Amino acid sequence: MPQSKSEWVVEVFVTLKPSVLDPQGATVQRELNAMGYDRLTGLRLGKYFKLTFDGCLARAEMEKQIKHMGEKVLANPVIETYRYQIVSTPAAAGKKA
Amino acid sequence: MKFGVIVFPGSNCDHDCFSAVQDVLKQPVQFIWHGETRLPAVDCLILPGGFSYGDYLRTGAIAQFSPVMELVRKHAAQGKPVIGICNGFQILLESGLLPGAMLRNRGLSFVCKYVHLRVDSTRTPFTRSLTRGRVLQIPVAHGEGNYFCDAKTLARLKSEDRIVFRYCTPEGKLSDQANPNGSIEHIAGICNERGNVLGMMPHPERCMEPSMGSTDGRELFLSLLAQGASAVGRKA
Repeated sequence: MPQSKSEWVVEVFVTLKPSVLDPQGATVQRELNAMGYDRLTGLRLGKYFKLTFDGCLARAEMEKQIKHMGEKVLANPVIETYRYQIVSTPAAAGKKA
Repeated sequence: MKFGVIVFPGSNCDHDCFSAVQDVLKQPVQFIWHGETRLPAVDCLILPGGFSYGDYLRTGAIAQFSPVMELVRKHAAQGKPVIGICNGFQILLESGLLPGAMLRNRGLSFVCKYVHLRVDSTRTPFTRSLTRGRVLQIPVAHGEGNYFCDAKTLARLKSEDRIVFRYCTPEGKLSDQANPNGSIEHIAGICNERGNVLGMMPHPERCMEPSMGSTDGRELFLSLLAQGASAVGRKA
């Protein structure tokens, strides 16, 4: 898909809650420790989503939609939390062009 | 009793469930496609195992939005029996019909083997005819069966007698060695408040006849049939 100049770009990160055991993260860490990275004391594995929204969308509405997606779809609130950051605004893209 | 087996894209135990009902229980059964918006007249719904939507995002996460899930919610709200097996259990969790969530198995391995289960609650129609403490041999086959819920939910499940099955030793003892996936409190199956919705990781449809190594799966369905019409639409 060609990158339109007038878009929002948002990164969403989903991670297991600190209280939830992360079997994958623990396995990767154990392996890295075994490879000699003995100062590595923690590793948690998560998911990364890159979302792009039409630049016409107002920021408040977009953030409302991201919150809904985060809570209802992208993360399972029983075990996960999510956070997001806006990495590109339509205005910024316009200036760069 | 009429059965409906729901088919999601990626379900792969649907035919096993169908055969278990038709060939072993000798009851009428039909498939129900996930896009269905009108439910045929059935008494019991089975959400089968498999990999609905390729397990994308999280197991059961996409299937919860299938049109048929609205019908499953209504069926459950009427007090009619629903059983979610393996991926079906994961879908019931994601859709909020049962509390909690699944994590990757402790040790990360896909576990496919016979396990022992202890019947810890007889308040579902699927276990009402069984005795508490009875040990069943039923196989599991999953990569994400490590049941998790917060302390408050766990306390509620216990106080409301909703932990239906726990992994155990052949003698019925609880131990880490007998727990194939690291599931909290050795939980293998739970039910909703009314007891009509059961979710379990082990596959009863895979042990219905002596040639399958065990017939213990049949016990759950025979219990359901023994409740007859009273299991359907029962008030809490």
